[in-house]
Amino acid sequence: MEVPILKQGDVLIATFQAALSDADLNQLRRGLVQQVVKHRSRGVIVDVTAMDVMDSFASRTLREIAHMIRLRGAETVIVGIQPEVAFAMVQLGMTLEGVATALDLEEGLAYLIQKFKSVE
Amino acid sequence: MAKRESSPKDLGTPTNQGVELTRSEAQSELLRELVAHLRQNRNQLREEWVGRISETRLLTAMTKEEIFAEATSVYDSYVEALETETFEALQAYARNLSERIIPRGVETHEVVGIVLLLRDVLARSLFAKYQTDFRKLNRILDAYEPAANRIANTVAVGFVQERERVIRQQQEAIRELSTPVLQVRERLLILPIIGVIDPQRARQLTEQLLRGIRTNRAKVVVIDITGVAAMDVTVANHLVQTVEASRLLGATVIVTGLSPEIAQTLVTIGVDLGKMNTVGDLQGGIEQAERLLGYKVVTLAEPR
Repeated sequence: MEVPILKQGDVLIATFQAALSDADLNQLRRGLVQQVVKHRSRGVIVDVTAMDVMDSFASRTLREIAHMIRLRGAETVIVGIQPEVAFAMVQLGMTLEGVATALDLEEGLAYLIQKFKSVE
Repeated sequence: MAKRESSPKDLGTPTNQGVELTRSEAQSELLRELVAHLRQNRNQLREEWVGRISETRLLTAMTKEEIFAEATSVYDSYVEALETETFEALQAYARNLSERIIPRGVETHEVVGIVLLLRDVLARSLFAKYQTDFRKLNRILDAYEPAANRIANTVAVGFVQERERVIRQQQEAIRELSTPVLQVRERLLILPIIGVIDPQRARQLTEQLLRGIRTNRAKVVVIDITGVAAMDVTVANHLVQTVEASRLLGATVIVTGLSPEIAQTLVTIGVDLGKMNTVGDLQGGIEQAERLLGYKVVTLAEPR
Protein backbone atom coordinates (compact mmCIF):
# COMPACT_ATOMS: atom_id res chain seq x y z
CA MET A 1 0.00 0.00 0.00
CA GLU A 2 1.41 3.34 -1.02
CA VAL A 3 2.02 5.96 1.67
CA PRO A 4 0.24 9.27 0.97
CA ILE A 5 2.35 12.41 1.34
CA LEU A 6 0.43 15.46 2.58
CA LYS A 7 1.58 19.03 2.43
CA GLN A 8 0.89 21.34 5.35
CA GLY A 9 2.52 24.77 4.99
CA ASP A 10 6.26 24.33 5.06
CA VAL A 11 6.00 20.73 6.15
CA LEU A 12 5.43 17.42 4.37
CA ILE A 13 3.67 14.73 6.36
CA ALA A 14 3.80 11.02 5.53
CA THR A 15 1.67 8.73 7.68
CA PHE A 16 2.27 4.97 7.68
CA GLN A 17 -1.07 3.16 7.59
CA ALA A 18 0.01 -0.36 8.47
CA ALA A 19 2.88 -2.72 7.84
CA LEU A 20 4.56 -1.77 4.58
CA SER A 21 6.41 -3.83 1.99
CA ASP A 22 9.99 -3.03 1.04
CA ALA A 23 8.77 -1.69 -2.31
CA ASP A 24 6.38 0.73 -0.57
CA LEU A 25 9.23 1.99 1.57
CA ASN A 26 11.44 2.56 -1.46
CA GLN A 27 8.64 4.42 -3.17
CA LEU A 28 8.08 6.56 -0.06
CA ARG A 29 11.77 7.46 0.00
CA ARG A 30 11.75 8.43 -3.66
CA GLY A 31 8.53 10.43 -3.27
CA LEU A 32 9.63 12.37 -0.19
CA VAL A 33 13.10 13.21 -1.51
CA GLN A 34 11.59 14.47 -4.78
CA GLN A 35 8.72 16.44 -3.32
CA VAL A 36 10.70 18.15 -0.57
CA VAL A 37 12.48 20.27 -3.16
CA LYS A 38 9.49 20.51 -5.51
CA HIS A 39 7.32 22.07 -2.76
CA ARG A 40 10.26 23.96 -1.24
CA SER A 41 9.41 22.33 2.12
CA ARG A 42 11.59 23.00 5.15
CA GLY A 43 10.55 20.03 7.21
CA VAL A 44 9.30 16.44 6.88
CA ILE A 45 7.36 14.43 9.46
CA VAL A 46 7.16 10.66 9.13
CA ASP A 47 4.43 9.29 11.41
CA VAL A 48 4.88 5.60 12.29
CA THR A 49 2.21 5.36 15.03
CA ALA A 50 0.43 2.54 13.20
CA MET A 51 3.52 0.32 12.99
CA ASP A 52 3.71 -2.31 15.67
CA VAL A 53 6.77 -4.00 14.22
CA MET A 54 9.79 -2.38 12.65
CA ASP A 55 12.23 -4.57 10.75
CA SER A 56 15.80 -3.62 9.98
CA PHE A 57 14.97 -2.60 6.42
CA ALA A 58 12.26 -0.17 7.54
CA SER A 59 14.51 1.27 10.20
CA ARG A 60 17.44 1.67 7.78
CA THR A 61 15.13 3.30 5.22
CA LEU A 62 13.87 5.78 7.81
CA ARG A 63 17.45 6.72 8.60
CA GLU A 64 18.32 7.08 4.91
CA ILE A 65 15.25 9.23 4.30
CA ALA A 66 16.27 11.56 7.14
CA HIS A 67 19.86 11.87 5.92
CA MET A 68 18.90 12.36 2.27
CA ILE A 69 16.37 15.04 3.17
CA ARG A 70 19.03 16.77 5.27
CA LEU A 71 21.22 16.81 2.16
CA ARG A 72 18.32 18.26 0.19
CA GLY A 73 18.13 21.12 2.71
CA ALA A 74 15.25 20.19 5.04
CA GLU A 75 14.76 18.66 8.49
CA THR A 76 13.12 15.30 9.22
CA VAL A 77 11.47 14.12 12.40
CA ILE A 78 10.14 10.60 13.01
CA VAL A 79 7.10 10.58 15.29
CA GLY A 80 4.89 8.02 17.03
CA ILE A 81 7.29 5.15 17.65
CA GLN A 82 5.50 2.80 20.08
CA PRO A 83 7.27 2.03 23.39
CA GLU A 84 7.57 -1.70 22.61
CA VAL A 85 8.83 -0.96 19.11
CA ALA A 86 11.36 1.51 20.47
CA PHE A 87 12.86 -1.00 22.86
CA ALA A 88 12.92 -3.77 20.27
CA MET A 89 14.70 -1.44 17.84
CA VAL A 90 17.34 -0.52 20.40
CA GLN A 91 17.94 -4.15 21.27
CA LEU A 92 18.54 -4.91 17.61
CA GLY A 93 20.95 -1.98 17.41
CA MET A 94 18.67 0.14 15.21
CA THR A 95 18.86 3.41 17.13
CA LEU A 96 18.24 5.90 14.28
CA GLU A 97 21.29 7.91 15.32
CA GLY A 98 21.42 11.38 13.91
CA VAL A 99 17.66 11.38 13.31
CA ALA A 100 15.27 13.57 15.31
CA THR A 101 12.36 11.79 16.99
CA ALA A 102 9.26 13.03 18.78
CA LEU A 103 6.35 11.54 20.69
CA ASP A 104 3.59 12.30 18.19
CA LEU A 105 2.56 14.52 15.29
CA GLU A 106 1.91 17.50 17.55
CA GLU A 107 5.33 17.24 19.18
CA GLY A 108 6.98 16.75 15.80
CA LEU A 109 5.40 19.92 14.43
CA ALA A 110 6.43 21.84 17.55
CA TYR A 111 10.00 20.55 17.10
CA LEU A 112 10.15 21.66 13.46
CA ILE A 113 8.67 25.09 14.20
CA GLN A 114 11.26 25.55 16.95
CA LYS A 115 13.93 24.51 14.49
CA PHE A 116 12.70 26.96 11.79
CA LYS A 117 12.71 29.78 14.36
CA SER A 118 16.27 29.12 15.45
CA VAL A 119 17.42 29.40 11.84
CA GLU A 120 15.66 32.73 11.24
CA MET B 1 -21.95 -69.83 17.58
CA ALA B 2 -22.40 -66.16 17.11
CA LYS B 3 -25.94 -66.27 18.38
CA ARG B 4 -25.05 -68.13 21.51
CA GLU B 5 -22.24 -65.82 22.23
CA SER B 6 -24.25 -62.70 21.75
CA SER B 7 -27.22 -63.69 23.88
CA PRO B 8 -25.53 -63.67 27.28
CA LYS B 9 -23.83 -60.45 26.32
CA ASP B 10 -27.14 -58.83 25.51
CA LEU B 11 -28.51 -60.00 28.77
CA GLY B 12 -25.41 -59.05 30.66
CA THR B 13 -25.28 -55.39 29.88
CA PRO B 14 -28.64 -54.32 31.26
CA THR B 15 -28.20 -56.43 34.37
CA ASN B 16 -24.86 -54.80 35.05
CA GLN B 17 -26.35 -51.40 34.61
CA GLY B 18 -29.19 -52.36 36.87
CA VAL B 19 -26.81 -53.47 39.58
CA GLU B 20 -24.88 -50.25 39.33
CA LEU B 21 -28.04 -48.22 39.41
CA THR B 22 -29.34 -49.92 42.51
CA ARG B 23 -25.94 -49.59 44.11
CA SER B 24 -25.77 -45.84 43.56
CA GLU B 25 -29.38 -45.58 44.61
CA ALA B 26 -28.60 -47.46 47.77
CA GLN B 27 -25.66 -45.17 48.30
CA SER B 28 -27.73 -42.02 48.02
CA GLU B 29 -30.32 -43.63 50.25
CA LEU B 30 -27.58 -44.13 52.83
CA LEU B 31 -26.36 -40.56 52.37
CA ARG B 32 -29.91 -39.34 52.94
CA GLU B 33 -30.10 -41.30 56.13
CA LEU B 34 -26.73 -39.94 57.13
CA VAL B 35 -27.77 -36.37 56.46
CA ALA B 36 -30.94 -36.84 58.48
CA HIS B 37 -28.86 -38.13 61.36
CA LEU B 38 -26.48 -35.17 61.15
CA ARG B 39 -29.37 -32.70 61.02
CA GLN B 40 -31.03 -34.31 64.00
CA ASN B 41 -27.94 -34.16 66.17
CA ARG B 42 -26.75 -30.84 64.84
CA ASN B 43 -26.46 -29.05 68.18
CA GLN B 44 -24.76 -31.83 70.04
CA LEU B 45 -22.27 -32.64 67.26
CA ARG B 46 -21.47 -29.03 66.62
CA GLU B 47 -20.74 -28.43 70.27
CA GLU B 48 -18.57 -31.49 70.46
CA TRP B 49 -16.66 -30.30 67.43
CA VAL B 50 -16.09 -26.81 68.86
CA GLY B 51 -14.97 -28.47 72.08
CA ARG B 52 -12.42 -30.53 70.18
CA ILE B 53 -11.21 -27.43 68.32
CA SER B 54 -10.42 -25.54 71.51
CA GLU B 55 -9.03 -28.69 73.10
CA THR B 56 -6.46 -29.06 70.34
CA ARG B 57 -5.74 -25.30 70.47
CA LEU B 58 -6.58 -24.62 66.85
CA LEU B 59 -7.76 -21.21 65.62
CA THR B 60 -6.23 -19.43 68.61
CA ALA B 61 -6.39 -16.18 66.68
CA MET B 62 -10.19 -16.21 66.92
CA THR B 63 -12.52 -15.72 69.90
CA LYS B 64 -14.75 -18.50 71.15
CA GLU B 65 -17.90 -16.85 69.79
CA GLU B 66 -16.35 -16.42 66.37
CA ILE B 67 -15.26 -20.03 66.28
CA PHE B 68 -18.77 -21.09 67.23
CA ALA B 69 -20.37 -18.93 64.55
CA GLU B 70 -17.97 -20.14 61.86
CA ALA B 71 -18.32 -23.71 63.04
CA THR B 72 -22.08 -23.46 62.63
CA SER B 73 -21.79 -22.27 59.05
CA VAL B 74 -19.11 -24.82 58.23
CA TYR B 75 -21.22 -27.58 59.74
CA ASP B 76 -24.29 -26.56 57.76
CA SER B 77 -22.42 -26.25 54.47
CA TYR B 78 -20.73 -29.55 55.23
CA VAL B 79 -24.06 -31.32 55.65
CA GLU B 80 -25.42 -29.58 52.61
CA ALA B 81 -22.47 -30.71 50.51
CA LEU B 82 -23.05 -34.27 51.70
CA GLU B 83 -26.72 -34.03 50.83
CA THR B 84 -26.47 -32.46 47.38
CA GLU B 85 -23.08 -33.93 46.49
CA THR B 86 -22.21 -30.62 44.88
CA PHE B 87 -19.24 -28.75 46.20
CA GLU B 88 -19.56 -25.33 44.58
CA ALA B 89 -21.37 -23.72 47.50
CA LEU B 90 -18.86 -25.16 49.94
CA GLN B 91 -15.99 -24.05 47.73
CA ALA B 92 -17.34 -20.51 47.62
CA TYR B 93 -17.83 -20.55 51.38
CA ALA B 94 -14.28 -21.88 51.92
CA ARG B 95 -12.88 -19.10 49.75
CA ASN B 96 -14.91 -16.47 51.56
CA LEU B 97 -13.85 -17.86 54.95
CA SER B 98 -10.19 -17.91 53.89
CA GLU B 99 -10.43 -14.32 52.75
CA ARG B 100 -11.64 -13.33 56.21
CA ILE B 101 -9.28 -15.39 58.32
CA ILE B 102 -5.99 -15.19 56.38
CA PRO B 103 -5.31 -11.57 57.43
CA ARG B 104 -5.71 -12.69 61.05
CA GLY B 105 -2.85 -15.13 60.77
CA VAL B 106 -4.72 -18.43 60.58
CA GLU B 107 -2.39 -21.13 59.31
CA THR B 108 -3.01 -23.86 56.75
CA HIS B 109 -2.63 -26.66 59.31
CA GLU B 110 -5.39 -25.11 61.43
CA VAL B 111 -7.89 -25.01 58.60
CA VAL B 112 -7.09 -28.56 57.52
CA GLY B 113 -7.08 -29.58 61.18
CA ILE B 114 -10.58 -28.36 61.95
CA VAL B 115 -12.10 -29.95 58.87
CA LEU B 116 -10.45 -33.27 59.73
CA LEU B 117 -11.71 -32.91 63.31
CA LEU B 118 -15.24 -32.45 62.03
CA ARG B 119 -14.84 -35.55 59.90
CA ASP B 120 -13.69 -37.50 62.95
CA VAL B 121 -16.46 -36.20 65.18
CA LEU B 122 -19.09 -37.18 62.63
CA ALA B 123 -17.50 -40.57 62.03
CA ARG B 124 -17.51 -41.23 65.79
CA SER B 125 -21.19 -40.38 66.00
CA LEU B 126 -21.84 -42.85 63.20
CA PHE B 127 -19.95 -45.54 65.09
CA ALA B 128 -22.06 -44.84 68.15
CA LYS B 129 -25.31 -44.93 66.23
CA TYR B 130 -24.71 -48.12 64.28
CA GLN B 131 -22.60 -50.06 66.72
CA THR B 132 -25.14 -52.88 66.83
CA ASP B 133 -25.37 -53.23 63.05
CA PHE B 134 -21.83 -53.69 61.82
CA ARG B 135 -22.87 -54.31 58.18
CA LYS B 136 -24.86 -51.13 58.00
CA LEU B 137 -22.08 -49.15 59.63
CA ASN B 138 -19.73 -50.39 56.96
CA ARG B 139 -22.06 -49.35 54.17
CA ILE B 140 -22.72 -45.96 55.72
CA LEU B 141 -18.98 -45.36 56.02
CA ASP B 142 -18.57 -46.41 52.40
CA ALA B 143 -20.92 -43.63 51.45
CA TYR B 144 -19.59 -41.12 53.95
CA GLU B 145 -15.84 -41.40 53.57
CA PRO B 146 -15.37 -40.41 49.89
CA ALA B 147 -17.67 -37.43 50.32
CA ALA B 148 -15.99 -36.37 53.54
CA ASN B 149 -12.53 -36.66 52.02
CA ARG B 150 -13.61 -34.64 49.08
CA ILE B 151 -14.97 -31.94 51.35
CA ALA B 152 -11.70 -31.82 53.31
CA ASN B 153 -9.83 -31.58 50.05
CA THR B 154 -12.05 -28.80 48.73
CA VAL B 155 -11.67 -26.68 51.85
CA ALA B 156 -7.89 -27.16 52.06
CA VAL B 157 -7.36 -26.42 48.38
CA GLY B 158 -9.64 -23.38 48.60
CA PHE B 159 -7.63 -22.04 51.52
CA VAL B 160 -4.28 -22.57 49.84
CA GLN B 161 -5.53 -21.03 46.59
CA GLU B 162 -6.76 -17.96 48.41
CA ARG B 163 -3.39 -17.64 50.15
CA GLU B 164 -1.56 -17.91 46.86
CA ARG B 165 -3.82 -15.28 45.36
CA VAL B 166 -2.97 -12.91 48.22
CA ILE B 167 0.76 -13.59 47.77
CA ARG B 168 0.57 -12.97 44.03
CA GLN B 169 -1.29 -9.73 44.60
CA GLN B 170 1.33 -8.56 47.08
CA GLN B 171 4.19 -9.49 44.79
CA GLU B 172 2.64 -7.42 42.05
CA ALA B 173 2.18 -4.48 44.39
CA ILE B 174 5.82 -4.67 45.51
CA ARG B 175 7.02 -4.85 41.93
CA GLU B 176 5.04 -1.78 40.95
CA LEU B 177 6.09 0.16 44.02
CA SER B 178 9.73 -0.68 43.40
CA THR B 179 9.86 1.38 40.21
CA PRO B 180 7.79 4.53 40.57
CA VAL B 181 7.69 6.90 37.62
CA LEU B 182 6.89 10.33 39.05
CA GLN B 183 5.98 13.57 37.37
CA VAL B 184 7.65 16.56 39.05
CA ARG B 185 6.76 19.20 36.50
CA GLU B 186 4.79 19.41 33.29
CA ARG B 187 6.69 17.11 30.86
CA LEU B 188 9.37 16.17 33.40
CA LEU B 189 9.49 12.71 34.97
CA ILE B 190 11.81 11.33 37.58
CA LEU B 191 12.58 7.68 38.08
CA PRO B 192 14.39 7.04 41.34
CA ILE B 193 15.92 3.58 41.47
CA ILE B 194 16.89 2.07 44.80
CA GLY B 195 18.39 -1.32 45.55
CA VAL B 196 19.65 -4.14 43.42
CA ILE B 197 18.58 -4.27 39.78
CA ASP B 198 18.35 -7.72 38.28
CA PRO B 199 17.60 -8.20 34.58
CA GLN B 200 13.91 -8.84 35.28
CA ARG B 201 13.53 -5.63 37.26
CA ALA B 202 15.50 -3.75 34.62
CA ARG B 203 13.09 -4.93 31.94
CA GLN B 204 10.09 -3.92 33.97
CA LEU B 205 11.66 -0.57 34.72
CA THR B 206 12.14 0.13 31.03
CA GLU B 207 8.59 -0.86 30.24
CA GLN B 208 7.16 1.38 32.93
CA LEU B 209 9.36 4.31 31.94
CA LEU B 210 8.51 4.11 28.23
CA ARG B 211 4.83 3.84 29.02
CA GLY B 212 5.16 6.73 31.46
CA ILE B 213 6.79 8.89 28.79
CA ARG B 214 3.85 8.24 26.50
CA THR B 215 1.05 8.80 28.99
CA ASN B 216 2.62 11.91 30.58
CA ARG B 217 3.91 13.26 27.26
CA ALA B 218 7.28 13.75 28.90
CA LYS B 219 10.15 15.52 27.17
CA VAL B 220 12.79 15.04 29.83
CA VAL B 221 13.34 12.13 32.22
CA VAL B 222 15.75 12.10 35.15
CA ILE B 223 16.83 8.59 36.17
CA ASP B 224 18.41 8.76 39.61
CA ILE B 225 20.56 5.79 40.54
CA THR B 226 22.08 7.16 43.74
CA GLY B 227 20.51 4.24 45.57
CA VAL B 228 22.10 1.62 43.33
CA ALA B 229 25.53 0.57 44.58
CA ALA B 230 26.63 -1.46 41.58
CA MET B 231 25.24 -3.07 38.45
CA ASP B 232 26.56 -5.82 36.23
CA VAL B 233 27.34 -5.47 32.54
CA THR B 234 23.95 -6.80 31.41
CA VAL B 235 22.01 -4.29 33.46
CA ALA B 236 24.35 -1.44 32.48
CA ASN B 237 23.74 -2.28 28.84
CA HIS B 238 20.05 -2.34 29.53
CA LEU B 239 20.27 1.13 31.06
CA VAL B 240 21.99 2.45 27.94
CA GLN B 241 19.30 0.83 25.77
CA THR B 242 16.59 2.42 27.90
CA VAL B 243 18.17 5.83 27.31
CA GLU B 244 18.19 5.23 23.55
CA ALA B 245 14.65 3.89 23.46
CA SER B 246 13.44 6.96 25.35
CA ARG B 247 15.09 9.15 22.74
CA LEU B 248 13.14 7.31 20.03
CA LEU B 249 9.99 8.41 21.85
CA GLY B 250 11.26 11.98 21.75
CA ALA B 251 12.37 12.26 25.37
CA THR B 252 15.81 13.24 26.68
CA VAL B 253 17.17 11.16 29.56
CA ILE B 254 19.46 12.55 32.24
CA VAL B 255 21.12 9.95 34.48
CA THR B 256 22.16 11.18 37.92
CA GLY B 257 24.01 9.80 40.92
CA LEU B 258 26.34 7.32 39.25
CA SER B 259 28.55 5.64 41.81
CA PRO B 260 32.26 5.18 41.01
CA GLU B 261 31.65 1.45 40.53
CA ILE B 262 28.87 2.02 38.01
CA ALA B 263 30.98 4.61 36.20
CA GLN B 264 33.71 1.96 35.98
CA THR B 265 31.24 -0.59 34.58
CA LEU B 266 29.93 1.87 31.97
CA VAL B 267 33.47 2.72 30.87
CA THR B 268 34.31 -0.97 30.65
CA ILE B 269 31.40 -1.72 28.33
CA GLY B 270 32.46 1.30 26.27
CA VAL B 271 29.33 3.41 26.45
CA ASP B 272 29.02 6.22 23.91
CA LEU B 273 29.17 9.32 26.12
CA GLY B 274 27.57 11.39 23.38
CA LYS B 275 24.34 9.48 23.97
CA MET B 276 24.47 9.46 27.76
CA ASN B 277 23.60 12.69 29.53
CA THR B 278 24.86 12.40 33.11
CA VAL B 279 24.84 14.81 36.05
CA GLY B 280 26.40 14.30 39.50
CA ASP B 281 23.36 14.39 41.73
CA LEU B 282 19.57 14.47 41.52
CA GLN B 283 19.38 18.20 42.24
CA GLY B 284 21.75 18.98 39.39
CA GLY B 285 19.75 16.64 37.14
CA ILE B 286 16.47 18.37 37.88
CA GLU B 287 18.07 21.79 37.38
CA GLN B 288 19.40 20.77 33.98
CA ALA B 289 16.03 19.27 33.05
CA GLU B 290 14.36 22.56 33.94
CA ARG B 291 16.82 24.41 31.73
CA LEU B 292 16.05 22.02 28.86
CA LEU B 293 12.33 22.63 29.32
CA GLY B 294 12.83 26.39 29.51
CA TYR B 295 11.92 26.77 33.18
CA LYS B 296 13.64 29.34 35.34
CA VAL B 297 13.46 29.01 39.09
CA VAL B 298 13.62 32.33 40.96
CA THR B 299 13.62 33.00 44.67
CA LEU B 300 10.75 35.36 45.50
CA ALA B 301 11.93 36.29 48.97
CA GLU B 302 14.59 35.51 51.51
CA PRO B 303 13.75 32.27 53.28
CA ARG B 304 12.55 32.93 56.78
